[in-house]
Amino acid sequence: MKLSDIENLEIQLLLEAVYCRYGYDFRNYARASIRRRIIQFMQLVGAGSISEMIPMLIHDEVFFGQMVKEFSITVTEMFRDPAMFLALRNKVIPVLKSYPYIKVWHAGCATGEEAYSLAILMEEENLGKRTTVFATDFNDSALEKAKEGIFPLENVKKYSQNYQNTGGKYSFSNYYQANYGAMVVKSTLKETLTFANHNLVTDQVFTEAHLILCRNVLIYFNKELQEKVMQLFDDSLVHGGFLCLGAKESLLYSKHHDRFREIDAKNKIYQKIS
Amino acid sequence: MLHNVYKAITIGGSAGSLDVLLDIVSHLPQEVNLPIIIICHLHPHDDGSMVEIFSRQTVLTVNEAADKEQVRPGHIYFPPANYHLLVEMDKTFSLSIDAKVNYSRPSIDVFFESAAVAWGPELIGILLTGANNDGAEGIRTIKQYGGLTIAQDLQEAAYPTMPGAAINTGHVDKVLTVAEINSFLHHLLNNTQSK
Ligand SMILES: C[S@@+](CC[C@H](N)C(=O)[O-])C[C@H]1O[C@@H](n2cnc3c(N)ncnc32)[C@H](O)[C@@H]1O
Repeated sequence: MKLSDIENLEIQLLLEAVYCRYGYDFRNYARASIRRRIIQFMQLVGAGSISEMIPMLIHDEVFFGQMVKEFSITVTEMFRDPAMFLALRNKVIPVLKSYPYIKVWHAGCATGEEAYSLAILMEEENLGKRTTVFATDFNDSALEKAKEGIFPLENVKKYSQNYQNTGGKYSFSNYYQANYGAMVVKSTLKETLTFANHNLVTDQVFTEAHLILCRNVLIYFNKELQEKVMQLFDDSLVHGGFLCLGAKESLLYSKHHDRFREIDAKNKIYQKIS
Repeated sequence: MLHNVYKAITIGGSAGSLDVLLDIVSHLPQEVNLPIIIICHLHPHDDGSMVEIFSRQTVLTVNEAADKEQVRPGHIYFPPANYHLLVEMDKTFSLSIDAKVNYSRPSIDVFFESAAVAWGPELIGILLTGANNDGAEGIRTIKQYGGLTIAQDLQEAAYPTMPGAAINTGHVDKVLTVAEINSFLHHLLNNTQSK
């Protein structure tokens, strides 16, 4: 057996153990990334091999807790890809306005920066009061941070620039207060947001939605899992509902492709048509 | 001896590497039967322009690697700006927006390590000029999985830190000037072409 095959076998067994013992299913995550994190964690704890960590994680919940943190990459920012938010304003929000009440499912929200960005957009389009954004993630500590809505101040300049590029109508400083090196988001934005734990791999449809945003999450899944999650989104969206993916994610090769039409190919915005 | 041993080439470069890469790519034969993946630290907003610049230098197809895309021989790939690129064991690409590694996204280490696992002894990894330590761990991993490793000659490199760090790991097989890299690749690629 080749070195890489032996290692892959160890990874498979470890992920199987994690699933059977704790219910977290990483078996169909893109393997190369998962491997990198497992190896990093192995070096961090000084284990001699991947398989050596299997009994440790089975018997020691704290050990597993540390490891699973490594598996959730919560890198995010406010108004990432401003052109996408601009397209939302121009092409999606005018349609959403026809609904008396708007439900948005924001899946994989990490520490919430993107969810607050969305809340700002809805408020500026005078939809804040009749919109609920259900922002979900499977990482509880990320969700805790998201609920607080306190972010490092050092990013403000970049966020402010991003915001202007989304067609922002005011000054970005309307939406936060600087406080001891942190930016504290305006509390009224929180009225639009509901944060909740949801696992895209193992949980069912979260809500019926008019718009689903799931960006930079699917790239971490393999093809099979991507299709499974697409099915979840398809089931969740109302007829005519919108789906927004990350800049380098696409419905193009998915078997769900025919059920959607492209609203904006570059910004990865799709509308469910069947 | 070299006949069809190698199935992929990956090249990493940072500061000072653009001209070297253009030189290497412009010297490639018209037909190449393996994929070449280039990880170059570039400005986060240079989206797409690398593909354009390099397309002008070669008749080979130059692409931005897409998530879950099958890696194809005869193609040259670049990661999209601001994403890490990885390759899976089934030779499809994956992207990630994990934090920067060695202050870099894309990171050479991240791609090299995944490529080492995917191609094992069938991989050639080449590390060019650069002012940081990215790529050294990747070179170590390529060697660990049996691949061939090459670093640019330190005398010649505009910024020797990066190839130097790789050489210091003790896992570099060949230290070559750009002209030597070109003739090595020429020899290799002409030998691996099915005649
Ligand atoms: C890289 S972040 C993307 C954050 C944000 N959407 C953005 O684009 O800036 C990926 C997020 O997906 C979450 N995630 C990964 N697997 C998940 C799963 N099975 N269910 C729910 N969330 C998941 C991670 O916890 C992480 O917060």
